[in-house]
Amino acid sequence: MKKLFFLMVMTVLLMLTAFGASAYENEEFYKGSEGTTINVFNWGEYISDTYEDGMLDVNSEFEKVTGIKVNYVTYESNEDMYPKIKNGGASYDIIIPSDYMIERMIAENMLKKIDVNALPNYRYIAEEYKNMYFDPNNEYSVPYNVGMVGLIYNTKMVEERPTSWNALWDERYAGKILMIDNPRDAFAVAQKILGYSLNSTDEKELSDVAQLLVEQKPLLQGYVMDEIFNKMESGEAAMVPYYVGDFVLMQQVNPDLDFVYPKEGVNIFVDSICIPKCAQNYDAALKYINFLLDPEIAMSNAFYIGYATPNTGVLEHPDYAEMKENKYLYPAEDEMPDVEYFHNLPQETLLMFSDLWNEIRIYGTDNTHIYVGFGVVAAIAIGFGVKKAVTKKRREYWYEFPES
Amino acid sequence: MKKSSLMKKLTAAPYLVWAAIFIIVPLIFVLIYSVTDADGSFTLQYISDIGKYKDVMLNSIWLGFIATVISLVIAYPLAYIMARTTANVQRTMMILVMLPMWMNLLIRTYSMMILMQDTGIINSVLTYFNLPNLHMINTQGAVVLGMVYNYIPYMILPLYSIMSKMDMNLIEAAGDLGANKIVTFKDIILPLTLPGIASGFTMVFVPSVSTFYISKKLGGNTFSLIGDVIEMQFKSANNYNLGAALSLVLMVLIIICMMVMNRFTGDDDDGGVLI
Repeated sequence: MKKLFFLMVMTVLLMLTAFGASAYENEEFYKGSEGTTINVFNWGEYISDTYEDGMLDVNSEFEKVTGIKVNYVTYESNEDMYPKIKNGGASYDIIIPSDYMIERMIAENMLKKIDVNALPNYRYIAEEYKNMYFDPNNEYSVPYNVGMVGLIYNTKMVEERPTSWNALWDERYAGKILMIDNPRDAFAVAQKILGYSLNSTDEKELSDVAQLLVEQKPLLQGYVMDEIFNKMESGEAAMVPYYVGDFVLMQQVNPDLDFVYPKEGVNIFVDSICIPKCAQNYDAALKYINFLLDPEIAMSNAFYIGYATPNTGVLEHPDYAEMKENKYLYPAEDEMPDVEYFHNLPQETLLMFSDLWNEIRIYGTDNTHIYVGFGVVAAIAIGFGVKKAVTKKRREYWYEFPES
Repeated sequence: MKKSSLMKKLTAAPYLVWAAIFIIVPLIFVLIYSVTDADGSFTLQYISDIGKYKDVMLNSIWLGFIATVISLVIAYPLAYIMARTTANVQRTMMILVMLPMWMNLLIRTYSMMILMQDTGIINSVLTYFNLPNLHMINTQGAVVLGMVYNYIPYMILPLYSIMSKMDMNLIEAAGDLGANKIVTFKDIILPLTLPGIASGFTMVFVPSVSTFYISKKLGGNTFSLIGDVIEMQFKSANNYNLGAALSLVLMVLIIICMMVMNRFTGDDDDGGVLI
């Protein structure tokens, strides 16, 4: 009896593993790196990490299929990621930068080549996302997500549907406006209002842009990145320029939120998977990239992250049909906003960016009360010191002439 | 004799090595970075750029100072009461003081943000009772509150330890000699606890001035403290040289502040308190 039970359990287990194994294409591609570790450096909230609602925990699935341990670390922006790779000290096998950052990293010889033809799942990448401007021969990057920046707003708090980026300068919403805490994206909003290119290197144009952002500062609730989720979902803030994919997720939590692509135009971006020069487990990195392209995995990610996917295996999947209807993720041809990609900028423009951004961030500290405060403190201190000196003198005098 | 001095040297060695590797060498790096540019050649440009950040720096020192004074005002009587109670109560109060420190500073600060936001827990409760809402988040007051909340244990502990060692007979003697409560406090208790005040002051003031996370979460980033600016240089602006120059100047300013502070606590011939 016991034996029979044992046999039954074994069969069930075997069947389970068999099913598990058949879930992914080209299983044999994932063999050969068992027992090694891969370091993945990705944006926050940028991979499916749950088994809820039919999604898959991508990293645990990868560990199960390949036997490679995934060491997963996140960053908040391209600018946060770049110095960590540039200055060494950390070795990552996978990074997922945006277009302009890839262009910069290629120019600075920071990326390893990827033979995309060796990746069986590369065939799922839609033609329109191959040969992108930042990687014309598909040598360094594999597209992961596509998105645009638009204006997220709370319909309960904003009176009429905004159509322009100028809404972020609307005094009626003072204290309820959030700004994205990332120089490139924040500048982009002001650049579009002024009708400048997102890739302007003109000093005059950039300082105009900074001026506009300084004018906006008194109306702001804050400069934020990942806290945007919390602040918008709870109704703490009314408006923020942010990435469309994150809007899709926020709207699922707070249905009062809506989205608009302002008429002045928006930034479009492609985030692609790359292998940095510091990678120490190249084979595992290739396996990881291929795994992310697997339609099953890519669909989990598409649901979890909420961005548009370049993966045809997902786009044609019946389960994804509803998501594909989303007019913000996949706008119809006639509703497509004016879009512009970021390009890598020359070093002196980047420096100008960071200087201006510093200036915007430190602007507006009113210091009169501080000077007064320090004055009072100093006066008390001096008074105290004088009193002490006088007492001391008097005591010394008394010691010398005790009779007096 | 010789043997014991060798012993002394040997026992001090682990700390000396530690200090050399993790304190001296990094300081030298800060110094080098602050006087070189991105290519590594000598420049004083970053140090001279500091003028731009004068207001931010003053503001940070001011807020740190306010937070320290508030901590002192709250902690002093508390530490005194603690030192006077029975051993059991002391233990319980000690645990209560330490309890928040079992949690990470980041989590504590993040939860304060959720408490204080306009749609946060405090305001939800106020709304529930039909009371007017308070706007707390993203103000300098919220940042100071965050500093006090996070660093007050560092004020309580040194005060408590010095007060529990204070000789009660002195206070009694003062009373016998006719000193009233105010005179006893001014001439006996305060001078005896000055070293505790000084070390508590240092331990709250220094982290408050250089904090970045607290101001980021509770100040909403619309006004920056110097810690934020420095963090930005290292984290995203990739301008290590400016970051190092700012850190250097901040360090010098803090040392000056501490020296001024020590003038008030040190010359009462108990010997000064180390910075």
